[in-house]
Formats: sequence, structure tokens, C-alpha cells
Amino acid sequence: MTELTLAKAITSGLRRALADDDRVVLLGEDIGTLGGVFRVTDGLQREFGADRVMDMPLAESGIIGMAVGLAYRGFRPVVEIQFDGFIYPAFDQIVAQVAKMHYRTGGAVRMPITIRVPFGGGIGAVEHHSESPEAYFAHTAGLRVVTCSTPQDAHTMIRQAIACDDPVLFFEPKRRYWTKGEVDEDATYPFDRARVVLEGTDVTIVAYGPLVATAIDAAIAAGDDGVSVEVVDLRSLSPLDLDTVEASVSKTGRLVITHEAQQFGGLGAELAASITDRCFLHLEAAPARVTGFDTPYPSARAEEHFLPDLDRILDAVDRVLGRANALTGWSDS
Amino acid sequence: MRTTVSDDGIETVLPSPPGELVQLLDPEGNRVSDPLYDPYVADVTGDQLASLYEDLVIVRRLDVEATALQRQGQLGLWPPLLGQEAAQVGSARTLRPDDFVFSSYRENAVAYCRGVRLPDIVKVWRGTAQSGWDPHTVNMATPAIVIGAQTLHAVGYAVGCLRDGVDSATITYFGDGATTQGDVNEALVFAASFHAPVVFFCQNNQWAISEPVGLQAQRPIAERAPGFGIPSIRVDGNDVLAVIAATRRALERAHGGEGPTFIEAVTYRMGPHTTSDDPTRYVDPLQREEWAAKDPIGRVEAHLRERGVLTEALAASIADRANEVAAEFRAGCVALENPAPLSVFDNVYAEPHAPLARQRSQQAAYLRSIGEVAE
Repeated sequence: MTELTLAKAITSGLRRALADDDRVVLLGEDIGTLGGVFRVTDGLQREFGADRVMDMPLAESGIIGMAVGLAYRGFRPVVEIQFDGFIYPAFDQIVAQVAKMHYRTGGAVRMPITIRVPFGGGIGAVEHHSESPEAYFAHTAGLRVVTCSTPQDAHTMIRQAIACDDPVLFFEPKRRYWTKGEVDEDATYPFDRARVVLEGTDVTIVAYGPLVATAIDAAIAAGDDGVSVEVVDLRSLSPLDLDTVEASVSKTGRLVITHEAQQFGGLGAELAASITDRCFLHLEAAPARVTGFDTPYPSARAEEHFLPDLDRILDAVDRVLGRANALTGWSDS
Repeated sequence: MRTTVSDDGIETVLPSPPGELVQLLDPEGNRVSDPLYDPYVADVTGDQLASLYEDLVIVRRLDVEATALQRQGQLGLWPPLLGQEAAQVGSARTLRPDDFVFSSYRENAVAYCRGVRLPDIVKVWRGTAQSGWDPHTVNMATPAIVIGAQTLHAVGYAVGCLRDGVDSATITYFGDGATTQGDVNEALVFAASFHAPVVFFCQNNQWAISEPVGLQAQRPIAERAPGFGIPSIRVDGNDVLAVIAATRRALERAHGGEGPTFIEAVTYRMGPHTTSDDPTRYVDPLQREEWAAKDPIGRVEAHLRERGVLTEALAASIADRANEVAAEFRAGCVALENPAPLSVFDNVYAEPHAPLARQRSQQAAYLRSIGEVAE
């Protein structure tokens, strides 16, 4: 066991992947000499050479398209998209080529491509640097979409993503890059299962990526108030591990879903629909969503008014419990 | 001189004056001498040229048959290659088996030359599959329908070849319309930066559906490549011999570690964009007539007859062979069966995917409940 930041846990995972399989190649802007703008690939080009850790010309579509050709040739490309808001030029190559190639070719051509995307807000950045575009990709058949919330998952899941024969969008919660935790490099567990990170009996909070820590804080605060909250870290956004969420909600009867991404058509909507379908007779209240608003991501000094926080999550916990609430005045009774 | 070398060693092969085409067989079938490109076809015998003539005749016959199959409801759609036979056959017949092709959707003659089974060529157009063949069996990728997307795949594959230490080349086919796409321009930058062994083969057929090439390019397309640091050749795309010479030169560079080359094969789309298109709304009949006089097959035929290689007997046997291939093509096409209902769930992922497996089993149960056969 080693104590690492989440960012360095990804670095160590990438290092292991490069060492274990010589078909693994890293592509991205500024990932070589500079080590990436978040230093996630720091030192890897020096260690593995410029043929394996390649600085790329500044064109996201070009980088992903080139990764498709490398995958055709039997490589396992790992692409870094510098920031969430810069993935859109590559959208066509991702959804029209990467996602569909295996299907199109009847399974003859695999696309074991990992696309790393630092995502989410909370770092006081300018426009295009704080977005949460995961729903676009979760909506696309053929892609897998995952995110991590701890250094342990960051290390293990990046290696699992690279080893996976399907294309994986790997969303890295950039405001948690500096979170420290113990990492066991030899740990093994399933790639696409959600995890109950805190057990409880009254309300289930489902979170992923950057908001898992916030959800845990909310659960602890609710506990002080006598409410027992279970927190589920989704980890995989596509496929969704509905079995784990279903088991939790069948027990608690109440579901709060939180994500930074906008609400409309988001992961919360999919979860609310699917869990209502599966747990209808167990539900004591309609599932509640605590999300970013249906606005563009606001300027840095306004982001605290956009992002779900402890109080907004606790407000939703109160609502699913049918309690009158000081923040909204909303009451079931 | 067509070849210039800049101070930093980048060789540029450009016609002079601009717009001039490399041509070895004129429209009347006369052999035109070209000191730079003659050596690239010096070994092509009369019999080999007759074999190329047979290819040209067969692919045109297949193309006509496919259009007929579409009109008869056997195909949903077909993109005719009429007029572009020499550009496709000449380049494809020049490739080594280990070279890899990334094409667009009109390169059905390339697929034929790569050895794709006849019915596999029409699976996509009949709608029985999203692609017709396993790319690795013929070293030709599934054609891209999104315009220009495949050029980047070619660069990635070519860089992979460099990493693997093999001297195989990659060729990517695209049209004049595609040259406006960001992906194609990105591919040119990436190929130049990584010195990728790629042949960019642009068939300038003068049309992007209804849009004339002037809307995409105000100068000959071949002139763009040197700006990317890539030598280019502008060739008469209706001259199979010149296409072979240009492709050999480009492949020589790719196989020899000299990086990418751009070929603009100037040709004409004599048919519609697809069988759904109506070119009478936009094509000037006089322009089409001018191009009809530059037919890629007629000039080879005239040349071979002049040389005494193509006898009446040989011409008749080639025509018979083309009809046989067309009959085989038709039989293979109509025998293609519709996919089973649950096949829509196949191959979405390479690894297990629980929610999709659940959706599939629910659909299977539904189909059984209404008495339908699911598998």
C-alpha cells in the first residue's frame, strides 16, 4: 500500500499499463515533455520513450481518429483530452467511429481505446474547463463510461479501462486530483459495478466522481440529525449497475441522485426512471435529483451557485423523507 | 521540371504549369511520353494492360448490375462509380497485399481488386449488415460513410506500421468534397508530422452530390498538399497507366520510409451520386459529354487494339467473363438473407454488458409471446 493523490494514482496505473503491455500507447496534447497540464503523465515519456507517449498536434478529432487507426493495427491507445470542454471536436470520431466500429464490422475489429477526460467544476476555471459531458457518451451504444472517486479506484480502473477490449471514456474528477488515499496496486475487483461506500437504512444517495465525497459529507451530517443514509458510488455510468442501486433502494425506499452535469436528460433521469421501474412498490417518495442547473456552466465566481453542495443534497434528503424544510419550504404533509 | 526540393529537403512534385496532368495514355489511346513517370510503367506488358482492361470492363459491368439490382428493389441504395474505374483499378492493382486500404463508400472497384467476395460488396447496400467483410482478411477497412473520417484512421494505422517496424503502406481514398473536411486537413498535418507512410488518394470526380468542385477548391486540389509538407501528384484519373505510375511513385516513397504523398486523380462522376440522386437537376449535359469523350475504358481499348493485343476474340471473351461475374454477383446478392431479429444486439460490445443482455432477453421474451421466431 502506498499513499498517493488521485492524479498520481492514475499516473502509476498508466505506468503499470505501459510496462505490462507494449501495445499500449499514450496520445495527447502536452502529455510528453510537459507531463500533461495536470501532470498526470509526468515522467512517462522519459521512462517509455516518445514512441509510446506521444505529444500530438492540436486537433482532438485528429487524435481520436488516429487512435482508431492504431487500434485497427492492434494497439491499445490511451488518449488524454486536455479538458472536458475540448472533447467536442472529437465527438464525431468518438460516437460515429470509435463507438460503432466493433458493431459495424460484426466483431472483426475491436476498439480498445481509453479516452481520459478531466471533468467537472470547482477549480475556479474559465469557460470550457469545468464541464460534465458524460451523458452524451453514456447515451451512445458501444461506449463504456466510467469515473473514479478515490485514488484506489483511479489506479485500478485506469488499468481496467486500458485492458478492456471495448472503448472506455474515463472521466477524472479534476477537483479531486489532489485527494490522497491508500493505493494497493494488486487490488482486484469488478470494473463495472457500483459500490456501497456507506451503509444506511433511510435514504440512498447515488453519486459518482467528484460528488461522492460531498455525498459522504451529507450522509454524515444527516446521521447527526438521526437520518441513516446509504451512499452508492456508481463508478460505471455505462453500463449502469442498476442491481446495486436497486438493492439499496429496495431497503431504504428513498432515492436521491446527485451529479454536477445538467439535469435534463442526464444520468439522474435515467436512474430515476430505471429505479422507479424496478422498485416502484418499495418507493416511499419520488426519486429526487440534485444536479447542475439547465444552464451553461457559469463563470468561476458563480460556480458555487451552480454546483450541488452539502446543503442542497441535505435538502433533497429532507424532501424524500417528507420533511418540511427551511431551505425550500417544501413539505409533503 | 516537375520535381522541386526545398531548402529543408521536402520534395514537391507539382505539375508545371499548374493544372497540368500526368498522362500516359491520351483519350484516343495514344501513348504519351513522360520522362518522370515512364520508368514507373516500363515493365507493364501488353498482356498486363489487357488484364487491367478486363478489370475495368468487369467493374463497370458490376456497377451497372448493381444499379439494376437497386432499380429492382434488391438493393436499398448504390453509389455508382461509373467513370472512375481507372482511378480505382489503377491504384488498387498497384498495392501490395500487406498494404492497407481505408476508403470511402464509392470504392467498390477497389474492394473488388482487394479480393472482397462479390456478395460482401453489396451487404451494406442491401441492408443485411453494416459492413460486408472482415477488414483483416483483405487488408481493406470497412468503408467510411462519414466524409473524410477514414483519412485519420489511415494515418493511425500507418504510424502503427512504423512502430511495428514493417514497411507496409496505407492508402486512403476520398473525394474532392472531403478535402474541405477538418478531418482530412488534420490527417494531412498528422501524416506530415509523423512522417506516416500514407498515400492520400483523392478522386476529384468534380462533384460532391450536387456541389461542383469549385465550391470546395478554387485551385487544383493537389496544390494544397505541399503546404502541409506533403509532395503531390496531379494525374489524369481516367488514364489507368498514369494512375499506376503515380501510385507506384507514391508507394515507393511510403515503402521506402519517405513519408506521405498526395495524389489528385482528376476524373468525372458520370452517374448520379447514388441511385437516389437526380443529376439532371445540376449537371450540364455538355460538360458530361466532354468527359464521356475521355472515357477510361475506351482509351485502353483503342490502345490495345492498335498494338494488336486486343483481338475480337479476346474482347468477346472479356465481355463474356464480365457477364459471368455479373451473374454471380446478382445470384450472391439476392441470396443474402435478412438478419435475425435478435442479431441487432450482437457485437455492440466485445465484453459482457449486463443491461444490454437484459434488454435482449426481454425482447426475446416479447417476441416469443407474440409467436415470432427470435433467433
